[in-house]
Amino acid sequence: MSALTTTPSTTAYLPEGLPIPVPEPDGLSAPYWAGLREERLLVQRCTHCGTWQFGPEWICHRCHAFDPEWVEVEPKGRIYSWERVWHPAHASLRNHGPYLAVLVELPHAGLVRMVGNLLGDPMQDVSIGAEVTGVIEHHPDAQPSYSLLQWRLR
Amino acid sequence: MSSRDQVRTLRGRVAVVGIGETTYYKHGQSPDAEFKLALKAILAACADAGLDPRQIDGFASYSDDRSEATRLAAALGLPRLRTATMQWGGGGGGCCAAVANGAAAIATGQADCVVVFRSLAQGQYGRFGQTTGVNTASGEKSYLMPYGVLSPPQRFAMRVQRYMHEHGVRQEALRAIALASYHHAQANPRAVMHGRPLDEARYDESRWIAEPFHLFDCCMENDGAAALVLVDAERARDFANKPVYLLGAASGAGYRFAVHPHNSPEYASANFGTVARDLYDMARVTPADVGVVQSYENFTGGVVMALAEHGFFKPEEANDFLTLENLTAPKGRLPLNTSGGNLAECYMHGFELVLEAVRQVRGTSTSQAPRHDVALVVGGPMVAPASNLMFGSEAVL
Repeated sequence: MSALTTTPSTTAYLPEGLPIPVPEPDGLSAPYWAGLREERLLVQRCTHCGTWQFGPEWICHRCHAFDPEWVEVEPKGRIYSWERVWHPAHASLRNHGPYLAVLVELPHAGLVRMVGNLLGDPMQDVSIGAEVTGVIEHHPDAQPSYSLLQWRLR
Repeated sequence: MSSRDQVRTLRGRVAVVGIGETTYYKHGQSPDAEFKLALKAILAACADAGLDPRQIDGFASYSDDRSEATRLAAALGLPRLRTATMQWGGGGGGCCAAVANGAAAIATGQADCVVVFRSLAQGQYGRFGQTTGVNTASGEKSYLMPYGVLSPPQRFAMRVQRYMHEHGVRQEALRAIALASYHHAQANPRAVMHGRPLDEARYDESRWIAEPFHLFDCCMENDGAAALVLVDAERARDFANKPVYLLGAASGAGYRFAVHPHNSPEYASANFGTVARDLYDMARVTPADVGVVQSYENFTGGVVMALAEHGFFKPEEANDFLTLENLTAPKGRLPLNTSGGNLAECYMHGFELVLEAVRQVRGTSTSQAPRHDVALVVGGPMVAPASNLMFGSEAVL
């Protein structure tokens, strides 16, 4: 499985100051966030029955085997749904203007879905079903540092 | 069905004998503390019932209500507290389940007189529509908040967008739900939006909050409290008001509905697939028997889904069914949110809808439906656990 081939974004899609993603105290999602920092998209797949699972859980929802394995997947998918956000619900988004959030399904990983932003013109027409590619967005100066998975039309 | 199964029901066991609420305020405008609002609503419900508040022996609420049952019992000098239940889940998903939990305590002999309530002063605590004081996010929020998916409209718009895509639902269907709530609020002096009518043009011109939600597709944020009094059905006729019986109640979630982030197998859904079926089974009525509906509007799109999942129309029929004419009392096919609901009466996390359903069965609504022996309440859609309930008059027992 190839790592992300696209060039990491140098500027963030949204202004700094939004909540920083961190793993839960029990560490359940730590491999996912660590993977993004290394530009690898990791999704859980049960070693026992092969079922894909996202968000992560300590058990496979199908066969109840514990600790599903984290597997690297290609960051490609298609838009399952979308929204254009206008009203700022956070101080750092005030006066920013509209932005796009998309829900992307990954056909090669059991149709799990991920939320991200659709890069490019926030006023672009968005089509459900459109194919997209993942773009890693690093936030090295944040405390703690983190990386996000964004999407652009393929 | 065995005889043991036949007794496993709430149908006809418990009745509402009193309802009460405070003045409803815009968020931040309550002169009273949140706990004082709760006390006022509870005493108003007791006064409506003609009941000495010292007879209360249980409380039920939801959404982590801050007015704790033990503090209420102490403040009111109750001789004893026998049940105190809190429905899991935030938002308005539990507004009907809280009634069911209180009723279950009575039906199983754990209590005699349970007050179910919600108190909410968003001006004194955090607003739901703004994210503040959060520096890091983990769990579900970690997959959403860094992408600017923070507030409830932002978290639900994509479910509705997908539903509209799958079933060809148009914006006009959402608009009709907003117009119906505002129409009914104009007849209701309690309503925060009383005297503030809404028409198609004002809806269409209103700003987007998060597409496909205009401003008027989104609930208000308010301060206030609402309460009702439950007693055993055998005692219900001893009180001043016409008894309103619980015909059924259900709560829960479909298969992995709650899996985050946005990974529910049945994504474009209000989560009433299993819950609506359970309710109709217990209430022993069909959608055709329902004369009036209160359906929680966090967002109008959720109401479209919820009504379809309760069998009033197929999703593909939503555009035809959801018109202002069909949804307004007294002449509409299915009068909806006859007090103004979360959009225009008060966002009391749906408890104002429960009270309105009681008024409908009593025949005392400001927008009375002509068929009101069977009244449905649908709690918060698109959340888990979701809940609903059916009230009925003595005639349908």
